[in-house]
Amino acid sequence: MDAFEIIFTTTLWVAAIRIASPLIFATLGELICERAGILNLGIEGIMVAGSFAGWVTVYAGGDLWLGVLVAALVGAIFGLLHGVLVVPLGLSQHVTGIGITLLASSLTYFVYRLLFPSLTSPPRITPFQPLPLPGLSQIPFLGEALFSQTALTYLAFIAVGVVAYILYRTPIGLAVRTVGENPAAVEAQGIDVTWIRIGAVMCGSALMAIGGAFLTMSAVDAFYINMVNGRGWICIALVVFGSWRPGKALLGAVLFAAFDAYQIRLQQKYGTAIPYQVFLMLPYILSILALVVMSRRAGYPRALMVPYRKGER
Amino acid sequence: MRLEPRAETSLALNLLAPVSALVVSLIICGLLVAIAGAAILPTFGLVVKGAFGSQFALLETLTRSTPLIFTGLAAAVAFRAKLWNIGAEAQLYMGAIVCVVLGTGLVPLPSVVLIPLILIAGALAGALTLLGPALLKTRFGVDEVVTTLLLNFIILLFVSLLLEGPLKDPMGMGWPQSSRVIADATLPKLIHGKRLHLGFVLAVLSAVTVWFINARTTFGYEMRAVGHNARAAAFAGIPVNAVMVKTALLSGGLAGLAGVSEVAGLKGNLTLDLSPGFGYTGIVVAMLALLNPLAVIATAIFVAAIFVGADAMSRSAGVPSYIANVMVAVSLLSMVVAVMFTRFKVSWK
Repeated sequence: MDAFEIIFTTTLWVAAIRIASPLIFATLGELICERAGILNLGIEGIMVAGSFAGWVTVYAGGDLWLGVLVAALVGAIFGLLHGVLVVPLGLSQHVTGIGITLLASSLTYFVYRLLFPSLTSPPRITPFQPLPLPGLSQIPFLGEALFSQTALTYLAFIAVGVVAYILYRTPIGLAVRTVGENPAAVEAQGIDVTWIRIGAVMCGSALMAIGGAFLTMSAVDAFYINMVNGRGWICIALVVFGSWRPGKALLGAVLFAAFDAYQIRLQQKYGTAIPYQVFLMLPYILSILALVVMSRRAGYPRALMVPYRKGER
Repeated sequence: MRLEPRAETSLALNLLAPVSALVVSLIICGLLVAIAGAAILPTFGLVVKGAFGSQFALLETLTRSTPLIFTGLAAAVAFRAKLWNIGAEAQLYMGAIVCVVLGTGLVPLPSVVLIPLILIAGALAGALTLLGPALLKTRFGVDEVVTTLLLNFIILLFVSLLLEGPLKDPMGMGWPQSSRVIADATLPKLIHGKRLHLGFVLAVLSAVTVWFINARTTFGYEMRAVGHNARAAAFAGIPVNAVMVKTALLSGGLAGLAGVSEVAGLKGNLTLDLSPGFGYTGIVVAMLALLNPLAVIATAIFVAAIFVGADAMSRSAGVPSYIANVMVAVSLLSMVVAVMFTRFKVSWK
C-alpha cells in the first residue's frame, strides 16, 4: 500500500475521528470563551485537571457518566477562577491564563502523586466502549468511521450542534456574541456583561475538561503525567483556523486529526528512513502554518482581551 | 462593585502587595500539606531548611536560581513590551544545542576565547528562535502566544532527534544524551569543589545590563512606550515593529544563555530533561518581580528556594514535591491580584 492509498483506508478515518474528539470538545470550549471576549490560556491545565478528575471518579467506583460530570464541574471551577480574575478584576488574560494552566496541572499532579505514591504501572479503568449505532453503522466506510465510536465521541459531535444553536439561535447566544464584540451595547440592554462573560468562561472550561476526560476515559484507560501534551495550545490555533465558528472549528479539528492519524501511519511505513521525531513535529508545524494562513483574514471578536469596566469608554 | 484607579499608591501599599500574596500562597499550600497528612509548620520548616539551612543547601538554591534569572529576564524584557514570549523553553534548548555543538571539541580554542564564543553563539541561537514568531507577529499579525508555545514542542522533538542522531554520545550506552563539553568550554566553579558556577555571576550581570537598558537608554524607553500603548508610540514616531523585533532578539538571547549556562556550567551535556520547565517558571519569576530586572534576581532565588526546599522536604516528610509547582502557581496568581489592588481601589455602590 503506498502513502496515497492510506488516505482511503477506513482505519485511518476511524482513528481520525477518535483523535478529533477531545480536540472538538476543547476547541468548542475555547471558542465560547473567545466569543465572549475572553482568551483562556488555562485550557492546557484545565484539560489535565479534567482528564484526571474524570478518570479518578471512575477508578473510585463511579459511573463513567458521573466521571464526565465531575470533570466538567472541575473545569467549570477553574473557569470561574479565571473568569473572576480577568472579568471583574480585569487582570491580564495572558498572565492569568498561564497561571491557571500552571495551577490546574500542578494541583492535578500533586493529588495524583498523593493518591498513588509509588507506581510501576498506572492503574486502569474500564473506559467507554465503542457503541455501533444500529442501522447507521452498517453504511459502508462512513458507518465504521463515524457511527462505531464511543458515546463520548457522539457527544462531541452533538455538542457542536448544540453550541452552534445556542450561539446563533437563542437570546443568550446573542448576548454572548455581543459581549465579545461590543459589551457596552449589551450593558445598554440591561444585561450584566460581567456575568455573561464569567458564565461563558465556565461553560467553555467545562467543555475543555470533558475534552481532557476523553483522553483517560475513551482514548485510553489510564492517567499519565504530561498526557495532554500541548493539545490545549493546538485547540487555540484551531479556534483561529475555524474563524470562531463551531462548524468550521469541527472541520478544522477533524482535518487536523486526520493528518495526525496519517502521520502515525507514514511513520510506521517510512520510520527507518526518516527520524520519527519529524513526523511527531508535523502536527505542531501544521498548527503554526494554519495560523499564518488564517490570521490574515481572521475576524477576531472585536472585544477579545479588552477588559470591560462599567461606565468607562 | 467597581474599580477606580488610584491617583497614587503609597509605599506601604506597595510593600503590602507581595507580603499578602505570600501569605495567601502559604495558607493554600498549608491546606494541601494538611490534606497530605503532614504537620503544616514543621513541613514548611523542612522546606526552608532544605533551601537555606546549610552551606550546601544555600549553594544549591543559588545554582538552581541561575537559569531562572535568565528565563525570568527573558520574560520580563518581552512582557514589558507586551510581546508574549511563552517560548523561553525552546530558546533555552536552542542555546544548549549550540553550546554542545561548539563545546564538545569541534573548535579547539583556549577557554578565554571558547567560553565567550559559546555564550554569544548560544544567545544568538535563542534570539533567532524567537525571531520567527516575532516576524510572524509584526508581518502577518499571527498571535505570538500560540506560535511560541507550539515551538516549545517542536524544538524539544528536534533535541530528541539530535540526541538519537548526530549529537548522540557514542559512549552513552544508548541513552539519548550528547557527549560532554570539553574542559575549555566548561564554566569555572565559583567555589572549588561546589556546584555553583560562573553562570550565576553572568546571570546577575545580565540583570544589571537589562536594568541599564530599560532605565537609561532610548531603546529601553521605546520598549516601555510600545508596551504601554503601541498606537500612541507609533504616533510619537517610534518604529513599533522594529522595537518589537529588537525586544524579541534580546528576550530570546537571554533565554538562550540559560541553556548555555546549564550545559556548560552544571550538567556538562545535553539531555531531554535539561530543563524541568525553566522557560515557563521564568514567566512566574518575571511577574513576581513586577518585570523589574533587578528584582528578578531576588524572585528567581525565591522560586529556586521553593523547588530545592520542597525536594528536600518531600524526601523526608512524604508530601509530593509537586507542592512546589502549586506554590509557584498560586503565588503568581495572588501576586497579580495583589498588584491590581495597589493600582485600583474598590468602591461598593
